[in-house]
Amino acid sequence: MTELQEVSFDDIKHLVSERAISGENMLLNMGPQHPSTHGVLRLLLELDGETVVNCIPDIGYLHTGIEKNMEAKTYQKAEVMSDRLDYMNTTGNNLAYVMAVEKLVDLDVPERAQAIRVIIVELQRIASHLIFLAATGLDLAAQSIFLYCFREREMILDILELCSGQRMMTTYLRPGGLWRDVPPEFDGAVRDFLKIFPKRVDEYEALLTKNPIFVDRMAGIGILTREDALTYGVTGPILRASGVDWDLRKARPYSGYEQYDFDVPVLTKGDSYARYLVRIEEFRQSVRIIQQAMDKLPGGPVRSENRKFVPPPRSEIGVSMEALIHHFKLWTEGFPAPKASIYSAVESPRGELGVFLEGDGGPKPYRIHWRTPSFENLGVLPVLAKGHFVADLVAIIGSIDIVLGDIDR
Amino acid sequence: MGVEQKLGDMGIVTTTLEQVVNWSRTRAMWPMLFGLACCAIEMMAAQASNYDMSRFGMELMRASPRQSDLMIVAGRVSKKMGPVVRRLYDQMPEPQWAIAMGDCASCGGVFNNYAIFQGVDEVIPVDVYVAGCPPRPEALIHGVLTLYEKVGGEKLKDAVNR
Amino acid sequence: MDKKLEPILHALQEKFGGTLEEFRDEAHVFVKAEHIVEALTFLRDKHDFELLSAMTAVDYWPQAQLPFGESPRFHLVYQLTSLAHNLSVQLRVQVSGSRPEVPTASGVYAVANWREREAWDMFGIRFTGHPDLRRILMPLDTEGHPLRKDFPLGYEEPQFTFNFDEIQLRKPFAQD
Repeated sequence: MTELQEVSFDDIKHLVSERAISGENMLLNMGPQHPSTHGVLRLLLELDGETVVNCIPDIGYLHTGIEKNMEAKTYQKAEVMSDRLDYMNTTGNNLAYVMAVEKLVDLDVPERAQAIRVIIVELQRIASHLIFLAATGLDLAAQSIFLYCFREREMILDILELCSGQRMMTTYLRPGGLWRDVPPEFDGAVRDFLKIFPKRVDEYEALLTKNPIFVDRMAGIGILTREDALTYGVTGPILRASGVDWDLRKARPYSGYEQYDFDVPVLTKGDSYARYLVRIEEFRQSVRIIQQAMDKLPGGPVRSENRKFVPPPRSEIGVSMEALIHHFKLWTEGFPAPKASIYSAVESPRGELGVFLEGDGGPKPYRIHWRTPSFENLGVLPVLAKGHFVADLVAIIGSIDIVLGDIDR
Repeated sequence: MGVEQKLGDMGIVTTTLEQVVNWSRTRAMWPMLFGLACCAIEMMAAQASNYDMSRFGMELMRASPRQSDLMIVAGRVSKKMGPVVRRLYDQMPEPQWAIAMGDCASCGGVFNNYAIFQGVDEVIPVDVYVAGCPPRPEALIHGVLTLYEKVGGEKLKDAVNR
Repeated sequence: MDKKLEPILHALQEKFGGTLEEFRDEAHVFVKAEHIVEALTFLRDKHDFELLSAMTAVDYWPQAQLPFGESPRFHLVYQLTSLAHNLSVQLRVQVSGSRPEVPTASGVYAVANWREREAWDMFGIRFTGHPDLRRILMPLDTEGHPLRKDFPLGYEEPQFTFNFDEIQLRKPFAQD
């Protein structure tokens, strides 16, 4: 079982050029254990000297069987798996999942829950972009940015821990609302963060944006045209860096995004540097959204009153027979969903995170498919890498910001 | 009344060879820069500013298995990755240790299915298991210190027999 | 459903004879397998559906086991998005269980290349004319296709016991 597989050259012969078959070009294996592949990505590179002629990604080293495993659990219990898909955007995955379930069973969500969802998800977007900045900086030998980014990320994780008791895998968003209301300290913690963070973004920019080494490594590297981006299904900051104004938060507002005033940064160059600039600008826009959401945060319940889908609060169970029955039914059997399929998508830090969910009338999903943005974003890597040096490949992989858990599922 | 007290001011310490070897192994243990999944992010956080694992002689993450002593298996090990993990472990020079970080690496965690090894101990021998999904950086540091204790108790004759 | 979508759906039904299903404002159009490439090209070129958002399959085993004839065991799902008009439409293709073959869409959308490899890996649906139909996620020596409903989950029974001898006996520990 633990024997390493040998892949024969005949299997991949049709993917490399003539010169590789004759032995003039070198075939080089990069990964799955390589510090700059951001996980367990394996690339087979055909090199002409230092230049990449062909790049063949080999994925699946983190294939977890999440889709199949979710089919074996009820709708509530399957949610814990969604955190572990894209582990830099855990609450964003929760949002995609709970929105899909809510759409399938037609469940309402209170206003307050929607606003808190937006705050939590935007905080997570900042945390995810911080890891992009830290990891890309580290790959390009900028060690200090790594330390600064993790300092701010800890503040966000502390807020998430305050709400849910967990740093990363929160499962805080639930079908029909939230697990519980935010604690009283939440307001102060978020406002502290909002006060500090914009200045910190300026610090990052001072370190990198005009840094000649960084600009040399990023500018003009891995140019993605608009046409390529669309046919390869690329979404998110990469698509926006290639000049396409497409953000699901603006185009198809969900969870109350239409109330908030924010801009979608769009650049036209399409190179690694543009992708970096788009993400830096998204830091600022996310701060704007959180600020507005905090100011407008409505009161009221954070969970739907529809007891057929949402468990009653603990306090009711002791006094109400009906609440006890609902609680028992929901946690032993789960709630049924109609025999139909829906597709719902949210904008994750990496792009369109879609959930295709099909019910069969029972309490378990019949089929759930995750349309994960990193899968498509990695698919465009062979196009981006062509003609660049191996050292530039590191910058390109960093700039497309892939998460292997998101790709392999 | 040992010799240490009589000669105390002269900067001489008497000890056993075993203790010196074990002490030197723990004070510069180089982990392999090798992350699999979610726990790798917490491993990075443990290395970064707030938790700073370099306080324990672990600041140098080596990307090459040939230069590392400790493998932190941070994340779930799939059926496709298992042989690679084993190959990397075999490439590490003796003495080598392994920490299974997180529930997935320890016992399969929430993923009990066709694609995931139910614990990385089916692939490589593990010294310390760290629980949590993912474990906090403090938990990882505690796991590392537990490993130090284990290394501190190792006998030279066991190493010969191994 | 969006008003702008209606003429597109009419055109689809006229050209390819597709049946229409609606659920929660989503339009699902069933087309025949031999028409799928044509339908995708038509939507991309005539109606600006530039993005193939998602592509996946659903396995209806064993409900779809009809007593005779070709049973449509799988449904292939193509989720398309038009950025210019902000519209979405879903195409569905029924695929027989005994001979799951569909013409490839990788010539229309480049992203279909990997998505079809995934569908082949997970469901065993063959895409004729595909340039590189290899397994993408599973190891190459895997038998079967994991997301089919007749593939077992591979669940390992947790051992709720404190008898460590028994646990050690069953657990396949690795050796040094």
